[in-house]
Amino acid sequence: MSYRITGLVAIPSKHKSLTLLAGVLIAQLLLLAVQIKRDAHGRLIRVWAVSAAYPFELAGAWSFGKVRGVWTHYFALTTTERENEALRVENDALKLTISQLQTRAAEADRLAAVLGFKQAHEKLPMVAGRVIAASAGTASRTIEIDRGERDGIRKNMAVITPDGAVGKVIEVYRETSQVLLLTDKEGGAGAMLVDTRTQGPVGGTGEPTLQMKYVATEENVPVGERIVTSGMDKIFPRDIPIGTVMEVKAGNPFKQIRVQPAAKLDRLETVIVLLSQEPVEFKSATPSTPAGTGGSASARGEAAPGASTAATVKP
Amino acid sequence: MNDTFELRHSGETHIEVHKFYPGAVLLAGAAALVIQATAPVYFPKLSILDLPLLVTIYFGLSRRNPSTGLLLGMVIGLAQDALSGPTVPLGFYGIAKTVIGYLASSIGARLDTEHPAARFALIFSFFVVHQAVLALVRRVLLAQPEVWINVHLAIAAAVNALLGTILFLALDRLRRSS
Repeated sequence: MSYRITGLVAIPSKHKSLTLLAGVLIAQLLLLAVQIKRDAHGRLIRVWAVSAAYPFELAGAWSFGKVRGVWTHYFALTTTERENEALRVENDALKLTISQLQTRAAEADRLAAVLGFKQAHEKLPMVAGRVIAASAGTASRTIEIDRGERDGIRKNMAVITPDGAVGKVIEVYRETSQVLLLTDKEGGAGAMLVDTRTQGPVGGTGEPTLQMKYVATEENVPVGERIVTSGMDKIFPRDIPIGTVMEVKAGNPFKQIRVQPAAKLDRLETVIVLLSQEPVEFKSATPSTPAGTGGSASARGEAAPGASTAATVKP
Repeated sequence: MNDTFELRHSGETHIEVHKFYPGAVLLAGAAALVIQATAPVYFPKLSILDLPLLVTIYFGLSRRNPSTGLLLGMVIGLAQDALSGPTVPLGFYGIAKTVIGYLASSIGARLDTEHPAARFALIFSFFVVHQAVLALVRRVLLAQPEVWINVHLAIAAAVNALLGTILFLALDRLRRSS
């Protein structure tokens, strides 16, 4: 075997060769990356490019964010006052809108309660009325409703809400009526304590609270006991909630009992006028003990003094 | 590719290089690629050969210039990629043969590569390295499974080494006398 040697040559610089090798390999790697497509991330060159650029993008975004923050918060304040004013106006408008919506929602709730009450007592003749006015002075506590004679309303009809007794009709006009509230000094209703069946008229004092009268000192009247109509006044049907005992003071010969009204008498907007005296069942009220089963005289239908004839109580 | 260098700077190591007839490298490379692409169609068992690799190794060892060796490997490898169909991305064989061209040229400058036994051992080794680079590229870049070496590849390395040793003798005929 013979070898022909054609000449001598200097070995090129090792660094040059390595540099060339690196360049060629990198070029081909890039060529590969352009062609290779990973399922989830697209082409490999894109993955590499995004991965390589990510730290710089992150740093850039952070830097620009800081610069913009400084600029916005400390320098570009020429429109801030105008924006603040616009926001204040908008805030006021929104507050008003919220208030209106809350009012409407509350009204819707009240109407829903009245509707629910009417639907629960379909056979009971009643008319729902909207409160359109209240007494002009503090001397009396009356309201005016948008229902009158043409709606079947007559004098001395009971007026209630789904929460409890409100008062009675004292004047009837063709399209409106006036209602005397229980809290009026001349207002009231025949009442009884739910548990003890002790009877006594409940009337107004001109204040927001009511007063139960003619309950003998020896009667046990616990605070918190509920009071319902007794039906003895011939105006309110039995068992309509009147209120809850707030305070009991000893007296001679009768106790002084303050009552918190069940109906929100100071915030009436919709009321129900009962067109008859048929009994009304209030789901929230405890069913009355059948007559004759209780131990007290009042439980047997005996009216307390001054509470047997009318809802109007004249002290 | 058939020029010789006569650089004689102080401190440089001087080696013997071989000149080839004009177009010999181009012709040998093209022939290897064509045969590699067509022969297995008719003789499937010939697919075990890697003629472009053998040509890369031969001219790398003979030219003994890493720069030209790696460029030759790159060109042959990219051509092999191009002829290997759309499933092989350009650069797959290119990278492997670039590395082999560089290594062959570098080693050829330091070792006696004319002896048949040395050639057999070098071809065997280069085949294994070539396969390792291919496996690396396929695993890392293509995210595809690829064995580093197995019995079949070891046999292929031996067959290529044996055939390469014979082929190199034939290719020696392309060298130009000084």
